[in-house]
Amino acid sequence: MSATVVTPSNSAGAVMASASQSPARMAVRRFAARPAAVAGLVVVVFFVLVAVFAPWIAPADPVKTSWTLIRKAPSWANWMGTDENGRDVLSRIIWGARASLTAGVISVTIATGVGVPIGLLAGFAGGKIDMIIGRLVDAMLASPFLILAIALAAFLGPSLQNAMIAIGITATPIFVRVARGATIDAATNDYVEAARALGNPPWRVAVRHVLPNIIPPVMVQATLAIAGAIIAEASLSFLGLGQQPPAPSWGSMLNSAQRFLTQAPWLAIFPGAAIFLVVLSFNLVGDGLRDALDPRAK
Amino acid sequence: MRGHLGVRFAQVIPTLLLVSIMVFCLQQLMPGDPALVLAGEERDPEVLEQIRRELKLDQPLVFQYFYWIGNVLQGDLGFSWRIRQPVTELVATKLPVTLQLASMAFIIAVFIGVPMGVLSAVKKNTFWDYLANGIGLAGLSTPNFWLGIMLILLVSVHLGWLPPSGYVPLTEDWRQSLATTIMPAFVLGNAISAVLMRHTRSAMLTALQQDYVRTARAKGLSEHLVVIKHALRNALVPVVTLGALELGTLLSGAVLTEQVFSIPGFGKMIVDAVFNRDYPVVQGVVLVTATVYVMLNLVADVLYVMINPRLRGA
Amino acid sequence: MTYRTPLLGLLAALPLALPAAAQELPQLRVAFSEDADVMDPTTGRAYVQRVALLNMCESLFDYNSKMQIVPRLALSYEWADAQTLVVKLRPNVSFNDGTPVDAAAVKYSIERHQTFTGSARRGDLGSLTAVEIVDPLTVRFKLKGPDVVFLSQLGVRAGVLVSPTASEAAGKDFGQRPVCAGPYRFLERVAQDRIVLEKVPNYWDGANYHFSRITFRPIADSTVRLANLRAGAIDINMSVPPTLADEVRKDPKLKLYTFDGIGYTGLTVNMGRNNTTPGPFGTDKRIRQAFDLAIDREAIVNVVFNGVHAANAYPVPATSPFFDATLPQPKRDVARAKALMAAAGVKLPFVVPLTVINNPEAVQVAEVMQSMVAEVGFELKLNTMEFVSTLNAADKGDYVGWTVGWTGRPDADGNLRDLLYTGAGTNYVGYKNPEFDTLLDQARSTADMAVRMATYRKIYTMLRDDLPIIYLYSPRWNFGMATKVEGFDPVADGMLRLGGVKFAR
Repeated sequence: MSATVVTPSNSAGAVMASASQSPARMAVRRFAARPAAVAGLVVVVFFVLVAVFAPWIAPADPVKTSWTLIRKAPSWANWMGTDENGRDVLSRIIWGARASLTAGVISVTIATGVGVPIGLLAGFAGGKIDMIIGRLVDAMLASPFLILAIALAAFLGPSLQNAMIAIGITATPIFVRVARGATIDAATNDYVEAARALGNPPWRVAVRHVLPNIIPPVMVQATLAIAGAIIAEASLSFLGLGQQPPAPSWGSMLNSAQRFLTQAPWLAIFPGAAIFLVVLSFNLVGDGLRDALDPRAK
Repeated sequence: MRGHLGVRFAQVIPTLLLVSIMVFCLQQLMPGDPALVLAGEERDPEVLEQIRRELKLDQPLVFQYFYWIGNVLQGDLGFSWRIRQPVTELVATKLPVTLQLASMAFIIAVFIGVPMGVLSAVKKNTFWDYLANGIGLAGLSTPNFWLGIMLILLVSVHLGWLPPSGYVPLTEDWRQSLATTIMPAFVLGNAISAVLMRHTRSAMLTALQQDYVRTARAKGLSEHLVVIKHALRNALVPVVTLGALELGTLLSGAVLTEQVFSIPGFGKMIVDAVFNRDYPVVQGVVLVTATVYVMLNLVADVLYVMINPRLRGA
Repeated sequence: MTYRTPLLGLLAALPLALPAAAQELPQLRVAFSEDADVMDPTTGRAYVQRVALLNMCESLFDYNSKMQIVPRLALSYEWADAQTLVVKLRPNVSFNDGTPVDAAAVKYSIERHQTFTGSARRGDLGSLTAVEIVDPLTVRFKLKGPDVVFLSQLGVRAGVLVSPTASEAAGKDFGQRPVCAGPYRFLERVAQDRIVLEKVPNYWDGANYHFSRITFRPIADSTVRLANLRAGAIDINMSVPPTLADEVRKDPKLKLYTFDGIGYTGLTVNMGRNNTTPGPFGTDKRIRQAFDLAIDREAIVNVVFNGVHAANAYPVPATSPFFDATLPQPKRDVARAKALMAAAGVKLPFVVPLTVINNPEAVQVAEVMQSMVAEVGFELKLNTMEFVSTLNAADKGDYVGWTVGWTGRPDADGNLRDLLYTGAGTNYVGYKNPEFDTLLDQARSTADMAVRMATYRKIYTMLRDDLPIIYLYSPRWNFGMATKVEGFDPVADGMLRLGGVKFAR
């Protein structure tokens, strides 16, 4: 939510310029040199694997209720305890990873998919189009993020998919800004001007020459935005507007945990910790990417 | 420079107009007829009609919009449908609360973020740098509402150090006021301290490379003095400027935090208004928030241009 | 007020022969779960609004702890016939602005409830045709037809009187500064923060009220609300969720009052609301009966509410004078449920979309039912939405099943008519049953309780067979109070009547 906007100056121009070696390989090497970023990546990969293999890893069925096991504290049988319907919390966290990660990835994919072309258009076309897009972006950024998301989620109807769409739309303006900045930066480069001068049609210049240059900053922003989107999904589910019961998501688990804070704190601690860990990891990876892709930012 | 600022200033009005249209349309999209909420549990059909007529809900949307925006331009934000109080009055009582919270959060963020940023710049690429960065990121990665709940559990319920919720105005009893707002302010400030830390770090790194710092070092001044007196003083300016932007983010970031701590500010008001379909309140609060946000942006812009010689030339 | 001049100090030191002045009384701080809506007795709807209003805006009648109607601003009543009610007023009572409480004020107030734009009381007064002034202290209410339930309406919000002078002066803005007759008067309100009342000198029943000020605070989070009570920041917490009830019980500094309410929570079935065509769940009562047999109400209240609420398959709670203990409470019977499903001949799993309000308790109730009915072959698909969205869906008939509560009315009629009578605005079932309508009208045509109960027994039996609403449980109130609070006498409507309530010395 409070994801930092990557400033246009982080653009890829510098990366391209210093390329005696493949820039991608150099970036990988720089990334690997940062232990925190690597650790973040490991955790992210771990959670992705957990999400993918949830059916095999989870010790129990995440929606299987048991009236004899209501709100039991963590034990050898249920490592993270059981919830208010006697369901295994660990299994719900494992399955919840699916909801949270997909929510993060899909909503950012939407935001990127919508935001980047618009930003490209704004940066490339300039003039009135740029101005109109600029004002729209300003207007969206000026309105409280969560209120926009709540309104959209309510409008689209309650479901995880719709929460993703709502978050995706509200996260779009940041991508428009990043893409626009990078485009303007790239468009002033000599080789782009040369390509233009050679009579290439604008769309072709945009796709072949400008687009590759805005990928690095967008990638960095996307990684950071996933972190923000996961928190946003949790916030919406916390308000009861995301994942539909009985399927678990970390946010909805927190929502129902609220009632049992004093008697069953584990219900709030574990999903919260899971969100924290994943979001922290995405932030670490995003930071690492930024440094790796833009050596000047050191 | 004047040209740049002039353009920025001219953009404020259309941006705010767009915000108003956007909020208005978005609410119309939301399911739920406000009259149904307002009519009470029995919902007499005739009363429903009366309410729709009185609130102009039976008029075309375009008319409703222009009626509202026309009043707004005359300084009238309408009245809350649910509690029948003028929105301007509500805003006037809530804005100071949220501003107090946001300012305290900002101060806390500065106290956490700036020293950590200095530390990590001075001890660049050492354990301390990584630690500071890690702490900052951890703050950024904690869901506000969760941190709030955990703090209430620990500090209020278990330790009994601070009141768990509620709000006392500064003017009434400043000690109680601080006691009730310190936890939510910490939750909010914690999230942006990481951002301030990064700004500080990069500003400090730049400053430490500057000639005057080298000169100071060459003169044999102690490293502490160099860092604090010369580098930090210069680094602080961009940090505070960029921080002003974060203050704007704080206004909207307070939504869930206020909910958790039952602080009667903007955030609490707007969430309740959205769920009750109290349109005038939603519209009014979003518009005011957006205005403050845009103005803070503008101020940051002006400051930035003033202190940044490169931009001044342009 | 902390600043004292020497003179004031002297004054304070003087032994006063007067009885305890209002200033010496303590203040009471009360928390409830949400903020009140408009503080106008005519347009207000929220439960918490009535709580805040009750001690400053009195009704003609009120209820005692046995849910019997007792006079307040009225002195007595008499049914001239089944459609004419004569009410005598208490003499020498005035509104808090000095306007006398007389027959003209009653006529004014009741007509305001009927005609004010957006009145939420209009339905309550549906059978009233005229308010006649007999003499300054006597009013005659003329009704459309026999309706003994009308009296009960004068004991709730529709019987609240407002000062005609203040109402005329304030017009639509009356809710910002309500002026009524009561032991307290409105002092201030800060939305979402507090509502403050102040004691009135010389109220007719004033000696019975022992606090100088009452502050109501909305605190949304239940844990935080309880923490405030424990910390002593509030004296009364009007909403302790069932899951936290034990913590109050265990705390030696606190007292818990658990008592029956007057409402219910049930599964409302769409049987053709707004001319929609219902699916088999709405048309085939065997499927609903199978559903009813598949759920275990006791287990639901035990799992979700720690057994605090009462499992109940009828629309009135067990302590209501309208409850019939001789009627059976259903037991879970999976075999019979399966047989009914087979008889209905539907393909299994049979999908029932259920609209659920997105608060955690309602969701948990739905989840528990979901796993219970799955055994019989139902697949309960939960659609959770915010309350307003569910309301809209229900209004349009765009739902199959909807779990929702009814706050309840003192008279059984109030728990049935608005919800199931043909053509009623809030008949979200879309129920059209002439036989039911006839019985319901018959039940309110006489004040003879034995005759009325015989009719209600028929109605309850009919509803148990047809199941337009599958009643699940009767909610109970849980008030947590500091032990020093004494003299509270719970009433099933969940109000906080402060007469006789005081702090222990």
